[in-house]
Amino acid sequence: MAENKVKKVAVNTTINGEEMDILVDPYVSLLETLREVVGITGTKEGCNDGNCGACTVNLDGRIVDSCLVLGVEVEGKNIETVEGMANPDGLHPLQQAFLEEAALQCGICTPGFLVSAKALLDNEPDPSEERIRHWLAGNLCRCTGYDKIVKAVTKASKESK
Amino acid sequence: MVSTPENKNYKVIGTRPIRHDGYDKVTGRAQYGADIKLPGMLTGAVARSPYAHAKIKSIDTSEAEKMDGVFAVMTAKDLPRLGDVVRGNSEESGSEKHLSENVMAFDKVLYKGHVVAAVAAKDQNTAFEAVKKIKVDYEVLKPVIDVDQAMAKDASILHEDYSGDHLGKKVKNTNIAAHVRHENGDIDNGFEKSDLVVEKEVDMQTVHQGYLEPHSGTAVWDEEDRVKVWTSTQGSFAVRDSVSKVLDLDVSRVKVTPMEIGGGFGGKIPIYLEPISAVLSKKTRRPVKTLMSRTDVFDATGPGPGGKVKVKIGIDSEGKILAAYADIRLEAGAYPEAFIEAAAKCVFSCYDVPSMKIDAYDVVVNKPSSAPYRAPASPQVAFATETVVDEICNIKGYDPIDFRLKNVAEKGTRTALGPKYRTIGLKECLEAAKDSDHWKSNLDSNPKPGKKRGRGIASGYWFNIGFKSSVNLSLNPDGKVALIEGSTDIGGSRASIAMQAAEVLGIPAEDVRPSVVDTDSIGITDVTGGSRTTYATGYAAYNAAHKLIEQIIEKSALKWDINKDQIEYSDGVVKSKADSELKMTLKEIADDPPGGPIVSSASVDLEEAGGGFAVHIADLEIDEETGKTDIVNYTAIQDVGKAIHPSYVEGQMQGGAAQGIGWALNEEYFMSDDGIMLNSSYLDYRMPTSLDLPMINTIMVEVPSEEHPYGVRGVGEPPIVPPVPAIGNAINNALGLRLLSTPMKPSRITEALKRKK
Repeated sequence: MAENKVKKVAVNTTINGEEMDILVDPYVSLLETLREVVGITGTKEGCNDGNCGACTVNLDGRIVDSCLVLGVEVEGKNIETVEGMANPDGLHPLQQAFLEEAALQCGICTPGFLVSAKALLDNEPDPSEERIRHWLAGNLCRCTGYDKIVKAVTKASKESK
Repeated sequence: MVSTPENKNYKVIGTRPIRHDGYDKVTGRAQYGADIKLPGMLTGAVARSPYAHAKIKSIDTSEAEKMDGVFAVMTAKDLPRLGDVVRGNSEESGSEKHLSENVMAFDKVLYKGHVVAAVAAKDQNTAFEAVKKIKVDYEVLKPVIDVDQAMAKDASILHEDYSGDHLGKKVKNTNIAAHVRHENGDIDNGFEKSDLVVEKEVDMQTVHQGYLEPHSGTAVWDEEDRVKVWTSTQGSFAVRDSVSKVLDLDVSRVKVTPMEIGGGFGGKIPIYLEPISAVLSKKTRRPVKTLMSRTDVFDATGPGPGGKVKVKIGIDSEGKILAAYADIRLEAGAYPEAFIEAAAKCVFSCYDVPSMKIDAYDVVVNKPSSAPYRAPASPQVAFATETVVDEICNIKGYDPIDFRLKNVAEKGTRTALGPKYRTIGLKECLEAAKDSDHWKSNLDSNPKPGKKRGRGIASGYWFNIGFKSSVNLSLNPDGKVALIEGSTDIGGSRASIAMQAAEVLGIPAEDVRPSVVDTDSIGITDVTGGSRTTYATGYAAYNAAHKLIEQIIEKSALKWDINKDQIEYSDGVVKSKADSELKMTLKEIADDPPGGPIVSSASVDLEEAGGGFAVHIADLEIDEETGKTDIVNYTAIQDVGKAIHPSYVEGQMQGGAAQGIGWALNEEYFMSDDGIMLNSSYLDYRMPTSLDLPMINTIMVEVPSEEHPYGVRGVGEPPIVPPVPAIGNAINNALGLRLLSTPMKPSRITEALKRKK
């Protein structure tokens, strides 16, 4: 099988502040790289075609669907995933607000929402409901109807001040 | 059975603690179906039919078997052929033969995406390449893709070997798997006496539950023929039963460990990949994990039945309903089970109807085998009934809430299937709707030029099943309680169950630590579905907590050497009634209890919780040029019995409303004539995003259920029932157009506006 004989590529990248060298098949997505090569599974697959946002990660300050980025493309880049949001002192205000506002039901979309919402608050610390809905429109949630997610992001924005 | 709900000032119930599993879910630690990794694990992949209806002439797997990195290939020849054992209409029943054939086709494929073979390989890429090398020779047959085609005289037949049950008669060569009828009173007389009779037929397209997590199945088949399964499911015991049937093993040979579940809404009750991974593991003696793509999920799982429902209602000159008739034809998909008994139970459930007749047809079509979808079949029938009711109100100039109150179903009202309602809260919901800020607000009927606004209201019902649940408790040496349960937690049920045990014990919710465990580690627990979990598993937790208190008192009596009648327990402290100095905290009694640790267990098998009703009000704005509809104000009112954790109850009401709004406005299986779903991606299926919805107001009405000590009713399903008719009624209010097909998408609205001109 020719396609199986393609050589893996050495990639140097930084994930949640940790620089690492990994070996990646050139046809493998960043999503699969995170889950299968690096071994962190907080980033979820909902569709693998860029329409649900469950695999959202922050790539050099931009939020991307990691299923639409190749693992070999992240050489020299900074990636932040849900696993990088909390620190040893505690949860990120967004994580805390999601818990307090019951902004998750099944929880599978939650990592993607948190990464998107963090990028929003990094860019716009005091967003309106309209801006929150705009920034989160790339993340599907089938459980909540978004109401409590919008409330949680609003709450976190007030508390981060 | 407790007949009257406990009435006291609750300490835990009604509060909003952080859910116990929340920290794992906001940090990415929670392990869902696809996240499991076992040593030496192989990747499974399946070959699926490209045709909606075809005979399998032969399958050649030789090229796939020869590939490097391929460890095993299987077809249905590797599965036992099962007989036609059981068939029914409840959420979990069905024929064993059909259960097995739906996992992997033996002779015939009945929908596009039907699995015909599978491989296990060293990695996903190799597995996918191997699947492409499996050659299947098909004899393509004409598909039937909706109830009209399937019920036509010359229809292509899906199951030649199968008899339909038509009012008790066995009928061969039919796609009508069942025709049931429920009659009460003389409808001919009722319609004859009626002052006004209104009849409408609605056409509902097939929809999908849309849960974000695709299906998965991971299995190990070990040397003593024990099969261990890890999967994301609404019922680990249901998976154990189904897998053991398909593999023809005793249930005790199958152990199912539930992973966290990324949504289900009924669609994660059936099994798909679990037996396939098990057989591949048997062939390789290695763990095998198989996953679905999103397109697989649309093509081959779910859907909620489409179909046609005709409803006719007659009223007298005072506005009282005299007679009602329903003709319900629902798509079962490839195998029987379109939830037609549920449809019959729900269609006139909101009204006191003195005479009624219901005909319901379970119709097989060349689409994936239907799974329950949140109040299965109730939204379909509610669309018809609530549209007719709205039309009656429009014709006669009745207030839609007053008309519903005048004909309201309440305690003692006879239901379609016979039994009378016990205490229910529809009347209270309608009164709350009437009293709501939303209903009292003025609809801005003159918005920007080119836009029209409308308001609609509708009611809905789900009956809330009971069934079996088990809970174990153990008191830890630190005075805190471990709660072991079998209900997979789809949206906060660990919290709502633990809170009921905490309430009994008088300790904080955080001091009861719930764990959802595998099928070898807890008594049988039925699915997380039918809105039963907080009700039934919560009831088991309530009983187990009372038993734990009995244990605490017995052990304290031994320790103090006094009679246990002399001891009382409250709020985490055990005391002597006679000597106020003699008392112990839970930590003190748990430290070294005489005769061994303090544990308890309880199980229940419950009747229905008494039924849940919802009333929704929708205000919308329609762009007359583009036909786009925006929801501008939405209020969901529901009798929730007793809200254990109000935030998660509101969440159910909002989430159900959002799914219903998607169903009303966007969602459908868009099928080619060949039976291929043409919009099998999230982009094209188009579920609501955050930009499509407003905030969803909730009004929780609490009319306690008579069947539960805290008055709990199921809350998950009623909120998906009213949205479709509420939106249809609002569109009619805005435009004077009665749309009778879902989705009420922009093109339908612009076409209808053109016809009107």
